[in-house]
Amino acid sequence: MAAGATYEPISTTTLGSNTNTVSFTSISSAYTDLIFVFEGTMSSGTDMMVQFNSDTATNYSSTRLYGNGTSALSTRQTSDTAFYPAIGSLANRQSIIFQVMNYSNATTYKTVLNRANNPAGFVGAHAKLWRSTAAITRIDIIGASSGNFATGSTFTLYGIAAA
Amino acid sequence: MATTYKKIASVTVGSGGASSIDFSSVPSTYTDLVIKVSARDTTANGEFYLRFNSSTTNYSDRWLYGTGTAASSTTNTKLDFFLASSGYTANTFGNTEIYVPNYTSSNYKSVSGDSVQENNATASYTLLEAGLWSDTAAITSVNLIPAGGTFAQYSTATLYGIKNS
Repeated sequence: MAAGATYEPISTTTLGSNTNTVSFTSISSAYTDLIFVFEGTMSSGTDMMVQFNSDTATNYSSTRLYGNGTSALSTRQTSDTAFYPAIGSLANRQSIIFQVMNYSNATTYKTVLNRANNPAGFVGAHAKLWRSTAAITRIDIIGASSGNFATGSTFTLYGIAAA
Repeated sequence: MATTYKKIASVTVGSGGASSIDFSSVPSTYTDLVIKVSARDTTANGEFYLRFNSSTTNYSDRWLYGTGTAASSTTNTKLDFFLASSGYTANTFGNTEIYVPNYTSSNYKSVSGDSVQENNATASYTLLEAGLWSDTAAITSVNLIPAGGTFAQYSTATLYGIKNS
């Protein structure tokens, strides 16, 4: 990381074929916060899961505020084995953005600020929590129920440095 | 690795107001666009439209918004966001951030937007928006158009480019 530089692309993947999992590995601790941006669709299956550091235990929870074009709703999920940053079907082209503040500290649990943007389904803002004090060094973006993300979908991880 | 999130252009509306804010000849060298807007209308209308390449068709969105007393969700056939209307407390402006990933792709264009007003008086709005422009053309211009007709003086808009590599 260049001195004084911030908002840097860490890694990006544009799918050349339908794919179940995109992984960001060996994430540097040189930043303060992470921003993930997805743009695309799924060719099979309908939902995206996210896991940190390959943790498949029931350490994830979520509070979701969302609208379906008619009503405003809020739901909660606790003790999940992953977090789900979208709402509704990923068969529709959409963008998903989530931010992980202070991701590399080894003292606190990790809170995630998540925006879900499905113009044919749900628009929402979510709070996610990963109940682990480990620094995040790996993020897996997985098609739930063995679903695949479609060719051309993009996955980018950015790093923000506070200083 | 290159630093990204760079300012492409910025506009501040002058004393005569402006019927639109236009960013033309958007370079294709970035991956995503971010548009940050602080705006007020000289009329009682509290919205502005986002358009790409001057197109007036093929837009859709989902809104989730709160008024201070209730939350609701609606669907529109446009990309519209909040600004402060002329009836709002003087010197208040509405703020909006819009994110457009993969704006040069040959797919439809997804839009994520957050928009707020605050007035310390009558109802104000907080908005989350999921938008789509169902067009495969690369975005080469961005147009912000006040629904009431005129952006007030001191309204600002800045276009940023983000590069993913």
